[in-house]
Amino acid sequence: MITLENVHKSFGPKQVLRGVDLTIPKGESMVIIGGSGTGKSVMLKSVLGLIAPDQGRILVDNEDVTKADRDAFLARFGMLFQGGALFDSLTVWQNVAFRLLRGSLKRPKSEAREIAIEKLRRVGLTADVADQFPSELSGGMQKRVGLARAIAAEPEIIFFDEPTTGLDPIMSGVINDLIREIVVEMGATAMTITHDMTSVRAIADKVAMLHGGQIKWTGPIADMDASGDPYLDQFIHGRAEGPIEAVR
Amino acid sequence: MIVLSPVAALGRAIIALLAVTGRVTLFALEGLSHVFRPPFYLREFLTALLQIGWLSLPVVGLTAFFTGGALALQIYAGGARFSAEAVVPQIVAIGMVRELGPVLVGLMIAARVTSSIAAEIATMKVTEQIDALVTLSTHPMKYLTAPRVLAALIVVPVLVGIGDIIGIFGGFVVGTQQLGFNPATYIKNTVNFLEFSDIFSSMVKGCAFGGIAATMGCYFGMRSGRGAQGVGEATKASVQAAAVLILAANFLLTSVFFSS
Repeated sequence: MITLENVHKSFGPKQVLRGVDLTIPKGESMVIIGGSGTGKSVMLKSVLGLIAPDQGRILVDNEDVTKADRDAFLARFGMLFQGGALFDSLTVWQNVAFRLLRGSLKRPKSEAREIAIEKLRRVGLTADVADQFPSELSGGMQKRVGLARAIAAEPEIIFFDEPTTGLDPIMSGVINDLIREIVVEMGATAMTITHDMTSVRAIADKVAMLHGGQIKWTGPIADMDASGDPYLDQFIHGRAEGPIEAVR
Repeated sequence: MIVLSPVAALGRAIIALLAVTGRVTLFALEGLSHVFRPPFYLREFLTALLQIGWLSLPVVGLTAFFTGGALALQIYAGGARFSAEAVVPQIVAIGMVRELGPVLVGLMIAARVTSSIAAEIATMKVTEQIDALVTLSTHPMKYLTAPRVLAALIVVPVLVGIGDIIGIFGGFVVGTQQLGFNPATYIKNTVNFLEFSDIFSSMVKGCAFGGIAATMGCYFGMRSGRGAQGVGEATKASVQAAAVLILAANFLLTSVFFSS
């Protein structure tokens, strides 16, 4: 279970998070929605310890993330980055097996390669891409490789940062379905940030709406359309008029 | 207030300079500490050795060769005013080994290696690859900085040694082919004149300059701003800082080795 309690974060004079309270139960898929620049990525990176909150606590299974043993803590996580964040200097299989080639989860090279190829197959890629470099792949393939890398070490918790950004609608659908299948199959706790409503409906068990540095609404996906929350309604219907100011 | 504003500006500049010095020092110490603490990334270290050492050889060799040749011509022309043309081998040797070899190699490394390290790491930062490293339980300082700094500390003195030899060879070619020196006498004068302390100082300077070049590349790369402009700024700042620090360190080391 992931718990955020009154989390604040500012960058200089800009207050990004202003008291975020959120609980993600174990094994559930939580999707955080909100406009660009509302602090979704900052929130996600705070949970991972990439950004230190100024105030408040973040607990993973009741353990404070700032006090946990970093290696053991991060070994429980997998993350799909918005742009893939694949290492240019490594081949596809070395990217996927990165964690299995070094550190506490190190395996023999041949075994790591086998696992990498199996994970690539799981995300719909054939073994012949294993020895290519990320720059030789299309955007959709890079996303799949990023997904394979995120699940390579069988993490308990997976984060997805804007998983469909930059993809065509069909490839977005493929990635959404893959994410949903993998999360269900692995029984992992998932936290996805996106502003793509198709992704939300495909991936989420629960939805949280972040606006103005606070969670404005949270609840099961089934309740989202009838929430009655003006912020959420405006966002999911993409209306220019409403409590969320649109810059024009 | 108007009278005091230049003083305030000077104060701000000094505080900023001290802050940067502190940050760079802490960064360098952290990078060095990771050199001695496991895990060690052998593949990254070997790649850095190849990039910094082997692939820098052509530019280092050419720079040293032409500089050694030009030095021989200048010393011959200048020495002729005092009928001291015969000192060409000795002055080329001492000039290359004590000063020009280490400084030129240091500056070439700053231009070629510092810029490439800064641009690579800055791009990794901009494309979230550094964040990805952290989420994959890999410390960026250990994976990116330590192998590069260690490789530079080891391989730049070797490059300086090679640069010294090629520079002296440049002087030898010009001296024997153009200025009429006897090859055997030229080599004998060079070898007899150089002392161990000259070569030792050259190696120490190479080590220091290598450390500066790699550390500056990593430091500015890791602190890069966003986008292409951030990468460009990081690259430019890293080369400027490395070049200035190399020249400043050269002055300090020359003072330490040769002031007495």
